[in-house]
Amino acid sequence: MKILLNNREEEFEGETMSVTRMLELKKFSFRMRIIKLNGTLIPKEKYDTVIISNGDNVQMLYLMSGG
Amino acid sequence: MRFSEIESHLHKFRAGIAGAGGLGSNCAVALARSGIGSLVIADFDVIEPANLNRQYYFTDQTGRLKTDALKENIARINPSVKVITHNIKLDEKNIPDVFAGCDVIVEAFDRNDMKEMLIETILSEMPGIPVVIGSGLAGFGNNETIRSRKIDDTLYVCGDESTTAGDDLPPMAPRVGIVANMQANTVIDILMNKK
Repeated sequence: MKILLNNREEEFEGETMSVTRMLELKKFSFRMRIIKLNGTLIPKEKYDTVIISNGDNVQMLYLMSGG
Repeated sequence: MRFSEIESHLHKFRAGIAGAGGLGSNCAVALARSGIGSLVIADFDVIEPANLNRQYYFTDQTGRLKTDALKENIARINPSVKVITHNIKLDEKNIPDVFAGCDVIVEAFDRNDMKEMLIETILSEMPGIPVVIGSGLAGFGNNETIRSRKIDDTLYVCGDESTTAGDDLPPMAPRVGIVANMQANTVIDILMNKK
């Protein structure tokens, strides 16, 4: 499957994956973040159940302390 | 476009400022100088001497509420800006009321759990209102790592998205000011494209 991750095309094995699986595969371990799937915010309680499919647009940003 | 035209366009709009620390105070001042119509500023803190290394306050204002002092400072810069202050700790429940009527909201908190709470609340409870986030500004130097990017029409982020402020990587005036002014610049861009 091919998805758009932060505006870059990325290829993953299989037809679908959960948000949690994508985070594991990309080794995105920093926990303070915002994830949007096709423009919709995904709350962290739903990372295990929300499924990413071919052609999806995933946007992620990290929230760093300081202000 | 002449500044007078930009100023009179911006005068039609209201921006929310969530937090009146380093990001919020500097961003609010930049928007006031640019001619924003009104600002809704929320914070619960008082000014401490340690804040003066980056926040838009003065030594004779220490001990005072940030919201009151910032309102006063903005009035000295541009008295045509209407400033509405809320001396409260923002949470999931009060955010939609505090920022009701704002055309855009600036996320200007220090702690990242507060940033997350604000963003999640606005995206879910106030759909369509753009949020401009500050993320990653600690330390000094490294101009080239600071950037601004648009996630979509309702979410923008300014900062390096990698540094975390701490005892050995303090937030300081230059980088905090750069990010705060990038946030103000993004707000102006959003509003100039709005009728």
